[in-house]
Amino acid sequence: MHNNIKEGLKDGIPIALGYFSVSFTFGMLAVNSGMAPLHAVLISLFNLTSAGQFAGLNVILSGASLLEMALTQLVINMRYALMSLSLSQKFDSCVKTRHRLLIAYGNTDEIFAVASSKRGSVGQYYMYGLILLPVLGWVGGTLTGAIASTVMPAFVRSALGVALYGMFIAIVVPPAKKESTVRTVVFIALALSSMFYYLPVLKQVSGGFMIIICTLLAAGIGAVLFPIKEGEEA
Amino acid sequence: MIYAYIFVMAGVTYLIRMLPLTLIQKKISNVYIRSFLYYVPYACLTAMTFPAILYATASPISAFAGLAAAIFFAMKEKSLVMVACFSCIGVFITERILELI
Repeated sequence: MHNNIKEGLKDGIPIALGYFSVSFTFGMLAVNSGMAPLHAVLISLFNLTSAGQFAGLNVILSGASLLEMALTQLVINMRYALMSLSLSQKFDSCVKTRHRLLIAYGNTDEIFAVASSKRGSVGQYYMYGLILLPVLGWVGGTLTGAIASTVMPAFVRSALGVALYGMFIAIVVPPAKKESTVRTVVFIALALSSMFYYLPVLKQVSGGFMIIICTLLAAGIGAVLFPIKEGEEA
Repeated sequence: MIYAYIFVMAGVTYLIRMLPLTLIQKKISNVYIRSFLYYVPYACLTAMTFPAILYATASPISAFAGLAAAIFFAMKEKSLVMVACFSCIGVFITERILELI
């Protein structure tokens, strides 16, 4: 079991760096569109999610209803329910409900991805360590972006744009190389997400829904075609 | 009003993350559900990465270079940070070359 806070902190460093540049953009965008820096920082602190915050910013700026806000967040962030379900199975039995209530706050795409990539189970102290620096990076980046009068040079932001995706690729490729079953699931997800991105009608589907549908279908097909017997899991 | 927006936003996002993590703590024994959950991270990360990565930089060409660099170094099983760095460097170099052409 992984339950060392230092190991978590170390694994959180690259996530924190990636978050800083993304939330920097969020902070800049929010303040440029007329939001107070304090509010931008509060949104980042309480939500800790990129797509949901950018969408939420649009909802706020357009003056839409609270119901619309709730529905937008529900659709865009529903993927976290799948991730939490998967993460729940990854937790050691020592992770009690009060810890789960806290850890739930920090279950982002990247934190979920890194926790899932650990062999065996994970415990609460590892998770706390893993969550801490990304939260600081996310909130700090928002604050910096919000108050920065000078902008990061465009070429630096462009290069940093792929940082988080690079991490995802580093997580997916090695197991896909070793296990043909994972490879098949990856290719199904790849085909589906490309269809949703480029085909007419399908591309009307929002980004949040697209990820949920692709995940359900690809993982579902994988489970039916290649069920894993007890004890075979990494 | 801004605080009402922030409250609803944060509340919905937290509940989505919290409910499955607290309500479903028992180990699931059904082999299909277990397999499904085992494949979820790979399916989800893939769908989030591609083709979105192609539009994450100033040009799809530099983004493609970043993607290729990431896959190349991930195949060599470099660490997450290294793969992310090489991917950024790939984008950076490609954009400088594109400027020269």
